Amino acid sequence: MQASDGLKSMVRSPTERIIDFYPAKEIDLKILVPVKRVIDYNIKVRVKADNTGVDLANVKMAMNPFDEIAIEEALRLKEAGVASEVVAISCGVTACQETLRTAMALGADRGILVETDVELQPLAVAKLLKAIALNESPQLIILGKQAIDDDANQTGQMLAALMGWSQATFASKVVVDASAGSVTVTREVDGGSETLTLTLPAIVTTDLRLNEPRYATLPNIMKAKKKPLDVIKPEILGIDVIPRLTTLKVTDPAPRSAGVKVANVAELIHKLKNEAKVIA
Amino acid sequence: MDFSQSEEHTSIRDAVGKICAQFDDHYWLEKDRAGGFPHELHRAFADGGWLGICLPVAYGGSGMGITEAAVMMQTITASGAGLSGASAVHMNIFGLQPVAVFGTEEQKQRMLPPLIAGREKACFAVTEPNTGLNTTQLQTRAERVGDHYVLSGEKVWISTAQVAEKMLILARTTPQDQCSKPSLGLSLFYTSLDRKYVELCEIDKMGRKAVDSNQLFIDGLPVPVADRIGEEGRGFEYILHGMNPERILIAAEATGLGRAALNRATRYANERIVFNRPIGKNQAIQHPLAESWMELEAADLMTMRAAWKYDHGEPCGADANAAKYLAAEAGFEACQRAVMTHGGYGYAKEYHVERYLREIMIPRIAPISPQLILCYIAEKVLGLPKSY
Ligand SMILES: Cc1cc2nc3c(=O)[nH]c(=O)nc-3n(C[C@H](O)[C@H](O)[C@H](O)COP(=O)(O)OP(=O)(O)OC[C@H]3O[C@@H](n4cnc5c(N)ncnc54)[C@H](O)[C@@H]3O)c2cc1C
Ligand SMILES: Cc1cc2nc3c(=O)[nH]c(=O)nc-3n(C[C@H](O)[C@H](O)[C@H](O)COP(=O)(O)OP(=O)(O)OC[C@H]3O[C@@H](n4cnc5c(N)ncnc54)[C@H](O)[C@@H]3O)c2cc1C
Repeated sequence: MQASDGLKSMVRSPTERIIDFYPAKEIDLKILVPVKRVIDYNIKVRVKADNTGVDLANVKMAMNPFDEIAIEEALRLKEAGVASEVVAISCGVTACQETLRTAMALGADRGILVETDVELQPLAVAKLLKAIALNESPQLIILGKQAIDDDANQTGQMLAALMGWSQATFASKVVVDASAGSVTVTREVDGGSETLTLTLPAIVTTDLRLNEPRYATLPNIMKAKKKPLDVIKPEILGIDVIPRLTTLKVTDPAPRSAGVKVANVAELIHKLKNEAKVIA
Repeated sequence: MDFSQSEEHTSIRDAVGKICAQFDDHYWLEKDRAGGFPHELHRAFADGGWLGICLPVAYGGSGMGITEAAVMMQTITASGAGLSGASAVHMNIFGLQPVAVFGTEEQKQRMLPPLIAGREKACFAVTEPNTGLNTTQLQTRAERVGDHYVLSGEKVWISTAQVAEKMLILARTTPQDQCSKPSLGLSLFYTSLDRKYVELCEIDKMGRKAVDSNQLFIDGLPVPVADRIGEEGRGFEYILHGMNPERILIAAEATGLGRAALNRATRYANERIVFNRPIGKNQAIQHPLAESWMELEAADLMTMRAAWKYDHGEPCGADANAAKYLAAEAGFEACQRAVMTHGGYGYAKEYHVERYLREIMIPRIAPISPQLILCYIAEKVLGLPKSY
């Protein structure tokens, strides 16, 4: 699909917007779910010989697992009749279309790719998502709490700040009250869990225990092929995505040294005290 | 020529891989020890709509090609499920092609949806104890009596018969001496496997304990004429129609299992330290593994070419046979090398590769032996005199 198709769908006439809203029962609760293409979690990553990054050539890529959880939560809200539409968005290279197809095979209604070969950092992604959100007018944006490649844990928070919306990160439970225009989120925090009620529109980021994502069925993979996937470039959104941070060096973690066997508890305690110095 | 991975194939690999991930190494180790059909796996594939991957959409299938089915089957064996996993669904994927192609509308409506939904399982009854690979000589008889046929005879090696409600069976309706060609006079039936008339004896075999293979003693099984597929006497021709797809799927299964073995061998070779270095640092270990990678890739390309030709309606006999041969041999080498790379541990069940080695023998032997493939290529491709 060409960028121009993407543009067309981005610029809707005011009447179209009204029609969009009209048939909804209570409020038109559209959910945006950003999905990132990352190295598959099963793959053992290899650092490039020149230490500039991780080797991604011929490596299996997949949807960020936290984003799968985000898609699942959005789909459950749609199946429960709470949400009207689930839109998946990915920012990055052309191959991110695969990730969007996966999202659509799971059940997302359509996909938007913001296509660029530039290495995207969280702030750039948050800005791109904001531009899309302003056009799509969702009530809820559900993101993964972090991506398993850079572990930044920033995009959701930055997006909330840019939008000026409420945010609840690390969600382990999400309950939407569409008539009250609010969402109640249980968060996993260090001391236990915390429950917040936010006014919609809002940003939620998912933690591991929120749900167990479904698998794509073959009929849904077939249907996904026919779902709309719009492609748009950052320039058209007027967003500068040039990285602000420079990676100096990427190295392997230090190899673990071999373990030792201890004869008894006394020796273990002795070693923990005097060699590892982890107990006094 | 386009060798890029299609988005669709990636989706299939991902989704099938996720289903298989529920059935881990421990599951298959236990199935290999204790036996028992992997009903849970069959159910998971039925629920995900996978069993009808290449059956027509009108009957609940997905209408995809053998190429996509091959990608699916390869993903199953490569997950470590091996032939135990693949054979649990294999028959569903290709077996009813003759019904889909030659069946009447009524037959398709009646036979395909329950299979696709996983409510019924089917077995494929061709091989006989006294005829072997010389299929046209098979001796099971089907006598027409009014609106029925009555079937009697023996079949052997029939997989999944213990759990199947249905069977696709080839039997002789006209004695060979009354036919103008030996391949005529055989008829194909898709019918109920009624245990009142069919005695099943499971064969205790080398591997794939979870998926049974059996001897069938058929004694006066009544089969309604409505269960005959296509015309009387043309069954062999209909069966042939499903043979190339089956060879392609078996090939994909063999390379998948070969890859699983190669992955294990590579990981072990990187981790195992003997003589103060990883054994994988020795060329005696790494070269055979590198060779296996190349052999598996080459076999996979041949498999994909055969599948592509089949899906585009082109003759693919030579390609499908070559793919089956190359893939089974490459898979076997990979499994055998994986065992050897593991040293003594390769012989221990908990390292899984010995199970792979026992299972990879199946795609070498069935559904056609390597010798007969060579005979076929020599005759049909090279134009040498027929030797068998
Ligand atoms: C695990 C398993 C599952 C199976 N499942 C099924 C099933 O579900 N349904 C089904 O119908 N069958 C099934 N089979 C049977 C399988 O298809 C046959 O075993 C296969 O076709 C070989 O036939 P055979 O065993 O009678 O070998 P034979 O025909 O007896 O051949 C024995 C050997 O002689 C060689 N040979 C024979 N003739 C020649 C010749 N002219 N030149 C050179 N060499 C020759 C063969 O290559 C082979 O090496 C299964 C087999 C196995 C092992
Ligand atoms: C059924 C069985 C019974 C056994 N019974 C006994 C017994 O009764 N008593 C006993 O003491 N042991 C016994 N063994 C152990 C057997 O002797 C060892 O498995 C064998 O010596 C190999 O050692 P390993 O398994 O540690 O392999 P490893 O030393 O780990 O070797 C793994 C692989 O690396 C290769 N390799 C290692 N170094 C090099 C190198 N420098 N160059 C090239 N290749 C290399 C090896 O050839 C092998 O292929 C038995 C093993 C089995 C399978």
